[in-house]
Amino acid sequence: MKFVDEYRDPTAARALVAQITALCGDDQFKFMEVCGGHTHTIYRHGIEHVLPVNVELVHGPGCPVCVIPMGRVDDAIALAREPGIIFTTFGDMMRVPGSQGNLLTAKAEGADVRFVYSPLDALQIAIDNPDRQVVFFAVGFETTAPSTALTLLQAKAEDVANFTVFSNHVTIVPPLRAILESPDLRLDGFIGPGHVSTVVGQPPYRFVPSEYGLPLVTAGFEPLDILHAISMLLTQIREGRCEVENQYSRVVREEGNPRALAILAEVFELRPHFEWRGLGFIAQSGLKLRPEFAAFDAERRYQVPGVRVADPKACQCGEVLKGVIKPWECKVFGTACTPETPIGTCMVSSEGACAAYYTFGRMHRDAAVTLGRRRQLTP
Amino acid sequence: MCLGIPGQVKEFSELHEHLARVEVSGVTREVNIGLLEDEQLKLGDWVLIHVGFAMAKIDEEEATQALDLLKAMGEAYEDELEALRSSEYSSESGAT
Ligand code: SF4
Repeated sequence: MKFVDEYRDPTAARALVAQITALCGDDQFKFMEVCGGHTHTIYRHGIEHVLPVNVELVHGPGCPVCVIPMGRVDDAIALAREPGIIFTTFGDMMRVPGSQGNLLTAKAEGADVRFVYSPLDALQIAIDNPDRQVVFFAVGFETTAPSTALTLLQAKAEDVANFTVFSNHVTIVPPLRAILESPDLRLDGFIGPGHVSTVVGQPPYRFVPSEYGLPLVTAGFEPLDILHAISMLLTQIREGRCEVENQYSRVVREEGNPRALAILAEVFELRPHFEWRGLGFIAQSGLKLRPEFAAFDAERRYQVPGVRVADPKACQCGEVLKGVIKPWECKVFGTACTPETPIGTCMVSSEGACAAYYTFGRMHRDAAVTLGRRRQLTP
Repeated sequence: MCLGIPGQVKEFSELHEHLARVEVSGVTREVNIGLLEDEQLKLGDWVLIHVGFAMAKIDEEEATQALDLLKAMGEAYEDELEALRSSEYSSESGAT
């Protein structure tokens, strides 16, 4: 248990690992961590190496950069290429591959693409450049969407006429449901997302135990939080309980942030369908601007191609996002697909399972690649 | 990009009810606190900041822990801090 020594409180970590081991007994358990932040912690701190072998963690769809389908990136690039537009987005989105290049290549070819830290920065750029049109490429779950919503409220209040949002905001519950419905994955429970839950709270997850009979424990981002959440999941299973529990109560309130939810509801409405990378179209999973905000909606102000583009053949992000395969089991992992030259989205953001594994995987990279190849050879 | 970075509220803006100056790892920038309107934030309170918005009020212990964790993350944290520092918005609005 060498890696445990690196944890903030090695004694507590050891105790938790012992507890997890005892709770497991000889049974096998598979838990999914929904959130990319958790995936990052798990790889960064080698959590898989301190857990007993019969507890397997699979990575879920909770990295907002990873779930953007290629067609939407192409739409973004088309918008960025419109004459006179200043196209703004978060840094991570610049490298997400579209079918022909990414936003960085569009920028190199002359499009005015700028990365911003906050949607408010995009709004400020619009205020400072009244003769230009500024589009903000918005991505993210309920963690990020309220920020875009408040920015839009401000843009409306201040009558900023040259600011629009290309909304790709998504909600956390529909992909969870899609995963629960997917026949190729057997799970024993979920480590629920931390920061999304500060906004949505705990009630939206209740369908997981009530309809699918699986426990869910919302967890923080410390290695100890993850271990604690796993032991809480196992305790529920052993005690015959099946509930939504909150391990991260020091930050996440039961009811979430009602104000943020109200602001979300004021600005956004659900799309009938939204495409997810690797998960296909999921009903009522994407957010678009309400008609009252039509003037700020890039999809209404501009011609967006809206073409559905299939993922590249080599890309197995879909399977990674559903937890069906591990990052290193993808054929191009670490060879054609690296953080410098990502083929799929999971290799772009540090919260993407592939990038996190590539960067922090405790195995030597070459070993990981070889192991990946070997796994493919043995059926 | 889903990182939440802890910061401490240093000053409330007189011009804009939703803005506060928040110190994050030695950098002070303006942060929108509109999502925490119901929290009655006070000077010295700690908040978790995500894309320029305070998204949750946290206690000091959580803040210290989260900061340590983020520092251990290395590059991802550095990138986020760098983005926060170089943010157009903060320079335009006069924050340092
Ligand atoms: S290695 Fe690249 S293509 Fe394969 S699943 Fe990961 S990100 Fe997608």
